[in-house]
Amino acid sequence: MSTVDQLGLKGAALPLQSPIQRFFGSTPVSVAIYLIIIGVICWGSYTGAQNMGYNWQWYRVPQYLYSFTDDGFQLGELLIGLGATLQLSLTAFALATALGLLVALLRLSGLVIGSAVAVAFLEFIRNIPLLVLIYLFYYVLGPIFKFDRYTASILTLAVFHSALISEILRAGISAVAQGQWEAAKSIGMSTGQTYRYIILPQSVRFMLPPMTGEVVHLVKSSAIVSVIAVAELTTFGRNIISDTYMSFEIWFTVAIVYMVVTLILSVGVSYLERRYAVDQ
Amino acid sequence: MNTSDPMIHVANLDKFYGTFHALKDVNLDVQQGEKVVICGPSGSGKSTLIRCFNGLEWHNSGTLVIDGIEVHENSKKIRDLRQEVGMVFQQFNLFPHLTVLENLTIGPMKVRKISQAEAEATARNYLERVHIPEQADKYPAQLSGGQQQRVAIARSLCMETRIMLFDEPTSALDPEMINEVLDVMVGLADTGMTMVVVTHEMGFARKVADTMMFMEEGQIVEISPPDKFFTNPSSERCRMFLDQILEH
Repeated sequence: MSTVDQLGLKGAALPLQSPIQRFFGSTPVSVAIYLIIIGVICWGSYTGAQNMGYNWQWYRVPQYLYSFTDDGFQLGELLIGLGATLQLSLTAFALATALGLLVALLRLSGLVIGSAVAVAFLEFIRNIPLLVLIYLFYYVLGPIFKFDRYTASILTLAVFHSALISEILRAGISAVAQGQWEAAKSIGMSTGQTYRYIILPQSVRFMLPPMTGEVVHLVKSSAIVSVIAVAELTTFGRNIISDTYMSFEIWFTVAIVYMVVTLILSVGVSYLERRYAVDQ
Repeated sequence: MNTSDPMIHVANLDKFYGTFHALKDVNLDVQQGEKVVICGPSGSGKSTLIRCFNGLEWHNSGTLVIDGIEVHENSKKIRDLRQEVGMVFQQFNLFPHLTVLENLTIGPMKVRKISQAEAEATARNYLERVHIPEQADKYPAQLSGGQQQRVAIARSLCMETRIMLFDEPTSALDPEMINEVLDVMVGLADTGMTMVVVTHEMGFARKVADTMMFMEEGQIVEISPPDKFFTNPSSERCRMFLDQILEH
């Protein structure tokens, strides 16, 4: 007879966790620990600022988000900057997806020259820091091809992210079973028709989660275009600080605005994912 | 095309995968309306042979003419050919993101450019013939294996094919679903369709086959009418194979 039988424990759940594990795993304790950590961080920054003699002026921040004047409701500089950031990101994302799809299809084409071009592009883009890429586009390619800083920033972001997106698309396309290709071919579909009607619709659900990550990544990395003074959220934040010296308040606010946007994106897409999962 | 020309004409066909010789000097003629059943151990080249018939695989040398169209890798007519030749796969390969009806209409609509109304009428007609008209609006995953395979057969028929190829159509099915698929195939055979079937369902073979074929190591070892094939095969190897699969 085994120990389990002797103790009359047969059929009962085995105690997998020690009391200490159970204590730290319980919800109230987790929440408490979480709040303590946040509190320590806030208190640390606050006292740190106090020791520096920093003069907190939170009351001056809202006017940079919105204001009410005689003309009614007005967007503040930060929210105008956010609009610019979203416009920039959206345009760059659309371009990046188109370019990424092209690179992915080249790589999957089975043509030696096609995949050689695609791999060369990927390795070139992936191994250059984004900051250097933006300088390349603005200071080198810009004057040569006569485009302005806004175009340069969109192109930089599009090219940089197209490399990552093409890998996501390629993985999604490859994840569709080979039999789907054969079935489509055997009813006489061309390669283009097969992609459009059979393969791409099925690969969406494989691509959705990593693509969300990529959009969030793009919105965040769009901040880097402030180095060439393109008008967007981070640039506006910097301008406000150089006028007002409220670096703590403004950077915190800018960070939170980015966070709100990317969190909304993540939640929206996880809703989409669930819908696609049900349909399948 | 002369009416006496065979639907499928295979002469001195060779196929290699790298250094592996998958098909060795295969010669075969299939007449219009003829039913050929191919059997043989796995890896004998049965599937490879019929996959060459609609350009899912390409032969390396020899001649292959299907319904008057010469099949080779650079043929401009390969898509025309695939519309004439239907293929039913072991794993069904239905399009999981489309409903049953959409699975049946997408080929006629996008490839043959037929109107949606006409394509749907044809599709419903064929669903009737494979005995599942009530499943039209379901997704493939909601159907049993046998139902899925019948949808796959209907999908091929919707292209108004002249030749049907079956690559082990019942091998992935639970035993109780095999007959519903075979019944549909027998019904199809009765309509005079030209059929090439890779299967080990010897009951079906006895019922419909005009010609039985046994393949091994990429070669046709035995090719004869079913009565001779089952009772008095000329090759010892074929006799042993039949003994093994007919034992139970």
